[in-house]
Amino acid sequence: MSLTLDEVRRVARLARLQLSAEEEQAFQGQLSAILDHVAQLGELDVTGVEPMTHALAAGDAAPLRPDELGPGLPPGEALANAPAREGTCFKVPRIIE
Amino acid sequence: MSAAASRELTRLTLKQASARLAEGTVSSRQLTEACLSRIAATDGRVGAFLLVTPETALAEADAADARRAAGQARGPLDGVPLALKDLFATKGVATTAGSRILEGFKPPYDATVTARLRVAGAVLLGKLNMDEFAMGSSNENSAYRPCHNPWDLARTPGGSSGGSAAALAAGQAFGTFGTDTGGSIRLPASFCGVVGLKPTYGRVSRAGVVAFASSLDQPGPLGREVWDAAALLQAVAGADPADQTTSRRPVDDYLRDLEGGARGLRVGVPAEWFQGGLDPAVEQVVRAALAAYQRLGATLVEISLPHTRYGIGAYYLVATAEASSNLARYDGVRFGRRAPGVKGLKELYQASRAQGLGDEPKRRIMLGTYALSAGYYDAYYLKAQKVRTLIRRDFDRAFERCDVVAGPVAPTAAFKLGEKTGDPLQMYLADIFTITCNLAALPGLSVPAGLAAGLPVGLQLVGRPFDEAGLLRAARALERELPPLPAPSGLEG
Repeated sequence: MSLTLDEVRRVARLARLQLSAEEEQAFQGQLSAILDHVAQLGELDVTGVEPMTHALAAGDAAPLRPDELGPGLPPGEALANAPAREGTCFKVPRIIE
Repeated sequence: MSAAASRELTRLTLKQASARLAEGTVSSRQLTEACLSRIAATDGRVGAFLLVTPETALAEADAADARRAAGQARGPLDGVPLALKDLFATKGVATTAGSRILEGFKPPYDATVTARLRVAGAVLLGKLNMDEFAMGSSNENSAYRPCHNPWDLARTPGGSSGGSAAALAAGQAFGTFGTDTGGSIRLPASFCGVVGLKPTYGRVSRAGVVAFASSLDQPGPLGREVWDAAALLQAVAGADPADQTTSRRPVDDYLRDLEGGARGLRVGVPAEWFQGGLDPAVEQVVRAALAAYQRLGATLVEISLPHTRYGIGAYYLVATAEASSNLARYDGVRFGRRAPGVKGLKELYQASRAQGLGDEPKRRIMLGTYALSAGYYDAYYLKAQKVRTLIRRDFDRAFERCDVVAGPVAPTAAFKLGEKTGDPLQMYLADIFTITCNLAALPGLSVPAGLAAGLPVGLQLVGRPFDEAGLLRAARALERELPPLPAPSGLEG
């Protein structure tokens, strides 16, 4: 399984990652090698096998909790780690040109 | 207290330190000062800590001593100095996940594990080194500093909870917590000669633990002896309203039957864990541990886990898919690093992530994004989830014939720093024996079994869901039977 450079760039766009030309090259080779290894899964017939969508057996999982109001983070604390803020908002660059 | 007496204190196990606190022959302040001195003397060479918090640690120690003096000691962890992998949120104290993108981030709340340790009276010494976002098997993906194995400073402590294991081996703390997504507690425990337990998925809350792969991540304890890991687990296990994936099952008393021995225990030995790539010296140590179980009155049962070889493939689809989703939150908007001087919002995301994330998280985000992208979901993620079911069935069948599964933790003892950094797939293969336990959501532990060419080797035990008590009891029986490991040699002289 070999990834093309165009595919690497497409995935990087989807992942919102800006890659350098060197990173694109390196990931093309490394991801292709990992996908080659993963291709072993193709040997397995999984017809009729249920996917394991939950790690816990049904009886072990917690039930949905009641939807009740509880204390949240005060705005000051929620904003304390913001790289930029204005008032009680996270500040970002212009979105609409 | 003399330097020699202080050094002696740091050789105690948590059990011994706790007993001395209870007897009144040592104070929490003395234990804490001894750990801080040891960290100051050794961590320049070991690199186990990303942050040491001496002032709050000493204040917590004094508070613990005051409680004890007033007859209000809270239990076996009260006043005992511990440390946490830097993946656990600590309120107001920097929590980086080993990543530059979280440099300077101070969580507004404690992780549930952190909060429960505070309730138990533990003293928190600081935050431990780790692979960035817990992605790695050697701690070499830390964005901050390398971590070295106290047995041989040229070697890796294992990862991703490398600092958690190295700190114990170096005598810097009496117990630590790590997280295990594909082996990240058990591998470093094996490499550093300590006990490390990955609980059943859902036994310990993930709330406030920086997320990597949410269906696999599980926090757990590391200790110098089995009792230590049992007492640490006891303090944090159990349902948590802040994590809906925690189980409501009652928590067992992990210390009550710890000395129950191994008579009558059926120990399953999977053929697939002894094939291809297993270092003969490691195999020898593991086989000797299995023979010790026979001396203790246990029976060895040959079993098969036929889908073992598909574990790495399934894992690197499931874990990377979940990681690509979890790490989408690092976008430079609400917290963490923001790239300076960018104009648009999309550019802000792309540049902040490019500058803040290291090579391994980027690689895994790429792989996971690819596996989830249009047209590939069925072939990759869904297929991997079905293979997970097959892996779980392997264990279910095995547990019809045995009580625990036993074998090596990893194909080798600690490898050299730099040995595998050039080839990500080779690094991933270090987890081949630990990874299926996570995929099947089972509890697993590593207990020291001996030395191979002077380096520690752990025996891995995997148990039935929620049978942490049985695993710990089996590990304790072996610990009592085998000669203790010598002190780690890399820091002396």
